[in-house]
Amino acid sequence: MADLKQSLDTIETVVKTSYTCEGTSSWDCVLRSRQQGRPGAKTFIDLICDSFMELHGDRLYGDDPAMIGGIGMVGGRAITFIGNRKGANFKENVLCNYGMSNPEGYRKALRLAKQAEKFGRPVVCFIDTPGAYPGLGAEERGIGQAIAENLKVFSTLKTPVLCFIIGEGGSGGALGIGVGDKLYMLEHAVYSVITPEGFASILLRDPSKAKEAAEAMKMTSHHLKEFSVIHDIIPERSTEQTAQAIKETIIRDLDVLCNKPLDNLVRYRLKKIRGIGEVSGGKEWWQPLLEVFTKTESLR
Amino acid sequence: MPDLCPHCQKEVALDAYRICPACNHYFPLTIVQRLELTVDAGSFVEMSAEMRSRNPISLAGYEDKLKENEKKSSLNDAVTIGSCTIEGDNAIIAIMSFAFMGGSMGSVVGEKITQAMIEGALRGWPVVIFTASGGARMQEGIFSLMQMAKTASAAALLEETKTPLFLVLTNPTTGGVTASFAMLGDVILAEPGAIIGFAGPRVIEGTIREKLPEGFQRSEFQQSKGFVDALVSRDKLKQTLSFLIKTHTRKEAAHG
Repeated sequence: MADLKQSLDTIETVVKTSYTCEGTSSWDCVLRSRQQGRPGAKTFIDLICDSFMELHGDRLYGDDPAMIGGIGMVGGRAITFIGNRKGANFKENVLCNYGMSNPEGYRKALRLAKQAEKFGRPVVCFIDTPGAYPGLGAEERGIGQAIAENLKVFSTLKTPVLCFIIGEGGSGGALGIGVGDKLYMLEHAVYSVITPEGFASILLRDPSKAKEAAEAMKMTSHHLKEFSVIHDIIPERSTEQTAQAIKETIIRDLDVLCNKPLDNLVRYRLKKIRGIGEVSGGKEWWQPLLEVFTKTESLR
Repeated sequence: MPDLCPHCQKEVALDAYRICPACNHYFPLTIVQRLELTVDAGSFVEMSAEMRSRNPISLAGYEDKLKENEKKSSLNDAVTIGSCTIEGDNAIIAIMSFAFMGGSMGSVVGEKITQAMIEGALRGWPVVIFTASGGARMQEGIFSLMQMAKTASAAALLEETKTPLFLVLTNPTTGGVTASFAMLGDVILAEPGAIIGFAGPRVIEGTIREKLPEGFQRSEFQQSKGFVDALVSRDKLKQTLSFLIKTHTRKEAAHG
């Protein structure tokens, strides 16, 4: 009996360590989320969709290879896919700017999201970026404005939006395609306001303390689930199995969300976003929000 | 008592606008000074004055840092909000303070900016926000990042209710504040010479491995790139805001 108990415990430990980040340090997750060869948005899109057509360009300036967008068919349902693209090898990494988008990337995402809204297609976003590109041209063309606009428009987009952090969720660059009805993280993905290296050099005043910073920042899927910032964690197994788990999540959620009245969907999304934050001495916030909904024709 | 201008290093006497008479450098304003220059005397009614930060990711040292900043700045966090009148017209106003932890946006800043916007939407009053921020408050981890989504979604509600949102960007306005509500005004004004941008200059220099051009990320640059409607000097700000409020009042369409 004792043996049985022990072997059950062993199985439980094995299951836990292979399905979750527990027992893995935050820094391990940071490294795994960045690993070359980790499946990216395009890999998942190809595994999930029966067919997929990529659409290029923001209709304003150019096409950003660091952001992929297009329309896919999944079991008879058309879905707009948007995702960061890092590239699968060094040559592609350079072409895709290591997944760091310029304003054109965010504006392409916005264009495709609005197109999806117009034609009643749900949107699925795959997040995997160290952050928006901190370059001269990005500033000149308003990277801040591009991200801000996306946050605003996605928060009231009248079609379901599902977001998956599949690798690195780096700051505003990740959030720029990360506002939706549901947010999921792959088990070893990370999501944070700044890189651990940045946190270490600014707050700990020692760039070599990135590992300590990663722990202190609470950036793993488990921390974010605890904080209720994400809805759930998707276990990582083989690429095919992970893709299958993402696909099942998409189908399950869209079966529910696509049948909700759109004003209802948007109200629920806004309420969820409105509630995030930890303050003391605050008033109840939902009553004024509900009153605004009542006042607003499109959200009544 | 003369002030030392950090820009031209001259000892200068400042009036209420606090602009260096020698080199036109804009000194930062306290909340009281900003209110005096912007709203009608005695009209400001503060909201959520007692709201304070918690330590959402239980970061060592954050609570001490907050206390230290409270003492140093006599503020409870980096934004003050309330209702007021400007040249007789009602408005909701929010003023950020760089003096409190570099004006960084954590849960309190996100919550109060959101509250100000929702109050504006409810009352149908224009919302005026003065920004001054180094960006997201890293000490609050993911919660600070989420305030970008929260304030931007409040701006979306202003859009849906057709409530005007006016921004006045002051030195500096960067990072997560630029990438959220600061860039979402119906009209975006800026004080001359203010640093406005997303990534910090040192980060960009590190990326491109060269020195940034003169005037990069200043308000004048942002206006020339199309992201700021107008640069307004401090002595013209109140009348400019009043003009905007009066020209953004929606009249019911005439019938018949």
